[in-house]
Amino acid sequence: MIEGFTALYIFMLSAFTGYEVISRVPVILHTPMMSGSNFVHGIVLVGAIIAMGHAETGLEQFIGFIAVALAAGNAVGGYVATVRMLEMFKSSKKGEA
Amino acid sequence: MSTFIEIVYFAAAVLFILGLKQMSSPVTARGGIVWAGVGMVAASLVAFLEPGVLAHLSNVVLIVIAIAVGSAAAYVTAKRVQMTDMPQMIAIYNGMGGGAAAAIAAVELVKLAGGDHSLGATVQVLAVLGGLIGAVSFSGSAIAFAKLQGLIRKTIRLPMQGMVNLSLFVATLIVGGIIGFGTGASIEMVLIFFVMALVLGVLVTLPIGGADMPVVISLFNAFTGLAVAFEGFVLENAAMIIAGTVVGSSGTLLTQLMAKAMNRQISKVLFSSFGTDSGVAVEEDIEGSMKEIEANDAAIMMAYAEKVVIIPGYGMAVAQAQHKVQELTQLLEERGITVKFAIHPVAGRMPGHMNVLLAEAGVEYDKIMDLDEINPEFPTVDVALVIGANDVVNPVARTNPDSPIYGMPVLNADKAKNCIVIKRGKGSGFSGIENHLFYADNTRMLYGDGQKAVGELVAGLKQL
Repeated sequence: MIEGFTALYIFMLSAFTGYEVISRVPVILHTPMMSGSNFVHGIVLVGAIIAMGHAETGLEQFIGFIAVALAAGNAVGGYVATVRMLEMFKSSKKGEA
Repeated sequence: MSTFIEIVYFAAAVLFILGLKQMSSPVTARGGIVWAGVGMVAASLVAFLEPGVLAHLSNVVLIVIAIAVGSAAAYVTAKRVQMTDMPQMIAIYNGMGGGAAAAIAAVELVKLAGGDHSLGATVQVLAVLGGLIGAVSFSGSAIAFAKLQGLIRKTIRLPMQGMVNLSLFVATLIVGGIIGFGTGASIEMVLIFFVMALVLGVLVTLPIGGADMPVVISLFNAFTGLAVAFEGFVLENAAMIIAGTVVGSSGTLLTQLMAKAMNRQISKVLFSSFGTDSGVAVEEDIEGSMKEIEANDAAIMMAYAEKVVIIPGYGMAVAQAQHKVQELTQLLEERGITVKFAIHPVAGRMPGHMNVLLAEAGVEYDKIMDLDEINPEFPTVDVALVIGANDVVNPVARTNPDSPIYGMPVLNADKAKNCIVIKRGKGSGFSGIENHLFYADNTRMLYGDGQKAVGELVAGLKQL
């Protein structure tokens, strides 16, 4: 479905997108931003589910189980950590709190 | 069905990018993470509908159990962790992502070792590279966590570290190449490949000092992104390719920004440890002595100032002093004194770490200044209050070309009319370099734990 140059184009455009997105981030948001991008690569969970779903041998099941557990930890931990950090900016905007 | 799956992945990718973009402004940031979260849940649910996944019911059960175990562990730890310890938790969650990418690669490599070469050459190369990068990110992040958590205090350094690392890297690639393209590869070789990659991650991270950890964590974050993207190619999954690559490139940029702010080259962070190569020996003699001040006198000094700039560092984070600092700020403002915060880009353990802590305490973010904004103002500042910061206010970075930190941008606290430094003891900073600011004529030292010392200042101000 995604082959050769199509994959390369996706790769290139995504790389530029990532660069552009973060180049406008003020320093005060760098740590939440790092945490947020840490959450985004939790998408590895999708890959882990697919790999585990296709597991045939016991060894593949074992590795797949580790992959899914770790990936879920990445996604959930990354999300909760980011939300907790960003919640702190709530009171900082005058009139909103 | 496959069209539906692709549409959901596409939507998830859009949500991730929009979410990250929203996270780049304090006003929209909280919405941004929710958008990205929606994308994540949707993509994960759809992954179950991928052809073949629902066919093995036992696998599906195991997947659900694995998700429950991993999520529960991460949720509990992320909810409980103190804000000051957040950097090492980011490291550990990042390491988990890297480990997951490596494990996905392992499944593919086990198939390769079993003689299944149906993937094609490019995909085989990417599977090997993704496995290597993911494993390095996993073990490296674990070491970074251990260092920041204080489990490993020493900076361990092998003789010829650079050569050892390079040799191991090349050897790991060769083993990976044999698995990918050789004929006699076995499961044992896959195991050896991953053990080598994990050891490489440990060896790369161990010699790096705590001061450089933010750069390293950011770099491993980018690594994990790249590993996820590579495994995305292997699995032909566009959502993984896009999300992984976006994180890979943004993480690389963030790493560069951080390294630049610390006047460190990424290559030097990775291949040499701080302060051992040069510096310590060429320390110039310091004139003057450290002059102590009592908290009450310091409070009086601040009470009659017009403009006070507070410079927080890691010491404030360790002492959990941010709430006391906010109380101090409010007291000073009630007296009509202008209070601003000066944040060095790498103050604390990560860029923005101080901002998070101050935001937690309720400091309004328009009072918080960047290095470039505040430095021209220092000559008009009556009192610069340094709380647990050291290297980031060391004037030798401007004055002594022999110093290891020469050229690093610093906050020019020494140019303020008066400077009060709250410090736990007389030792030097992370870099081990003496701070000439502490010996300056207009600097007074207030020794004590950050929270206690600021508390005394608050008490002193209330008495006036």
